[in-house]
Amino acid sequence: MTKLLKMKTNSVDSRFEAIRFIVAIGVALLVALILIFMVSKEPFQALQYLFLGPISKFRKIGNIIETAIPLTYLGLSVSIMFAANQFNMGSSGALFLGGTTAAIIGLVLPLPFGIHPLVAILAAGVMGGLWTSIPAFLKLKFGASELVSSLMLNFVAFNICIFIIMNYFRDLNAGTLASTKFFETVLLSNLVPGTRISYGLIILVIMVILSWLFMSKTKWGYALRMTGLNVNFAKFSGISTAAVILYSQFLGGFLAGMGGASEMLSLYDRFKWQMMPSYAFDGVIVSVLGKQKPQYVPIAALLLAYIRVGADTMSINGDVSFEMISIIQGFIIILIAANAFLKKYRQKMVVKEATEND
Amino acid sequence: MISAISLNSVFTPEFIFTVIRVTTPILFGAMAAVICNKAGVINIALEGVMLTAALFGVFGSGYSQNLWVGALVGILGGVLISFLLAYFALYLKTDIILAGIALNLSTVGGTIFLMFALTGDKGATNSVQSLQFPRIDIPFIKDIPFIGAAFSGHSLITYLAILTVFLVFFLLYKTPFGLRIRAVGENPDAARSVGIDVSRVQLIALLISGVIASFGGMYMSMAYMNLFTNNMVAGRGYIAMAAAAMGQANPVGTTIAAFLFGTMEAFGYQLQSQGIPSQFINSIPYISVIIGLVLYSMYRQRLLKKKKELKLKGKGV
Repeated sequence: MTKLLKMKTNSVDSRFEAIRFIVAIGVALLVALILIFMVSKEPFQALQYLFLGPISKFRKIGNIIETAIPLTYLGLSVSIMFAANQFNMGSSGALFLGGTTAAIIGLVLPLPFGIHPLVAILAAGVMGGLWTSIPAFLKLKFGASELVSSLMLNFVAFNICIFIIMNYFRDLNAGTLASTKFFETVLLSNLVPGTRISYGLIILVIMVILSWLFMSKTKWGYALRMTGLNVNFAKFSGISTAAVILYSQFLGGFLAGMGGASEMLSLYDRFKWQMMPSYAFDGVIVSVLGKQKPQYVPIAALLLAYIRVGADTMSINGDVSFEMISIIQGFIIILIAANAFLKKYRQKMVVKEATEND
Repeated sequence: MISAISLNSVFTPEFIFTVIRVTTPILFGAMAAVICNKAGVINIALEGVMLTAALFGVFGSGYSQNLWVGALVGILGGVLISFLLAYFALYLKTDIILAGIALNLSTVGGTIFLMFALTGDKGATNSVQSLQFPRIDIPFIKDIPFIGAAFSGHSLITYLAILTVFLVFFLLYKTPFGLRIRAVGENPDAARSVGIDVSRVQLIALLISGVIASFGGMYMSMAYMNLFTNNMVAGRGYIAMAAAAMGQANPVGTTIAAFLFGTMEAFGYQLQSQGIPSQFINSIPYISVIIGLVLYSMYRQRLLKKKKELKLKGKGV
């Protein structure tokens, strides 16, 4: 009897979750609509670019996938770190550091074709993992807030990377800050002609599958999720929560570092990054959209990439700036994560289900 | 050798002037964080509040050509963000950290979006003739050697920051509402049981913090500089949070922590003139926050341990 009731609420819950997801995105798009009508002289054209731009050309579809690749890495990274209930925002620094590490290996280590990018990506992962382990270590050892320390470390990582490239690898003939060219062997070659999608995509697919297996099929993933749900309960059931926190943060940074390497070796032939990035925030969006589940993260990343390519097309062809997207993203995160959003509606659904079946 | 040169240049009125100058925005943010922490709400959106107020202040004063209208518009912009945080976190029950992150993200892009829509520029508000808060020369004090050059001639807002410390202290410890804030922060269930509307108190605390942090933002664009530039708050909201954490949300302790971070930043500027790479100097404020945070956390851990030991002794174990 109770089992039956539970099953009913479960089905209501998952249906309700889906509805809430759609309403949240609907509200965010409505906000986009209002903003566009407020600032644009040709709002209908802008809307057309926003929604249809990404599928207007083959190259644009390629752009969606190119944009989704780092977003997926970041989504996986943040999902694993947040699953342990650690608000570690170090993915930004880890990705930047990973890209820089891959660049340096591409600049100084002459390795054979095929092995070279793998070494670079693995080294980038290790660097990223070590970087995001710092806030976890400070939290475990001293109880220092991982949120504040990881945000501060992002600024430090950025400055370290720029310092190294500027002082040791700078191409003085280049007009802007750029390194000299990498060895050809390190580059990830093109996979889909007509786009910039490289063999990095295959590595990403493998990582998504591995992350999913790790989180849902291994005892380490189970320990991780238990620690995130209730650290005291996990401790009493014999899980070494300190170890869990350390390896979860390392793995999260590892994935972000790999993402940085994949970007660097797919899209560039020399180090050209100059802006302080806010990748961790991208990771948070994808992770919230994907419900912190590795198997949903790529879908969430594609959705976000679609909106971004649309906004990009719109800003190039019209008078609405690309940054509009960040307002929409904020709304999506907040509404999807809002536990009380549409709560009354859920109540009604449960009541209706119950009375209908009685 | 470097440290010898630096030490000579540290004990100058110019250096103290710089310390006060760079601490002002952090101090506002830290006082805003103090009120939130006391009310038991973590306000990560301070960064976004400051950034929004910085832009709104510039537009408000630029288009009206009236400084006070500008200040009001700036405050409204900042309070809007903290109201959104309160609405999402307290009423829609979004995790407050996630909501804060989302708002910061939205404001970084949102300010650029607005700037581009109104001026057609994405980098800075060069085309808007923003007004500035006046500099104040304090009578008598300005004529005292050394002290005059260090403490007089700051922006009006800087003196307001010092005043805010006292106001926050007064609000928290000398008023009935301050008592309610502290009660809610200490134990929300107990507060609820004596009839305090916890969400309402937290909402008001967030709004007050929005007003205070807004001044920090406007200081950036209407005193420290005379225009708004893309992402100009640059992590000061987070540094302010760290200062409040280190000061245990006590206004006096937090002020000391804020000045500590300000001193480190000013020290960085000193080093810059001595040929230290700018990347190291830019990192100094953030590294000093991490070190400060770790030291504070170590201290707190030791304190907790001692308390536990005392308790055990008291029980005769």
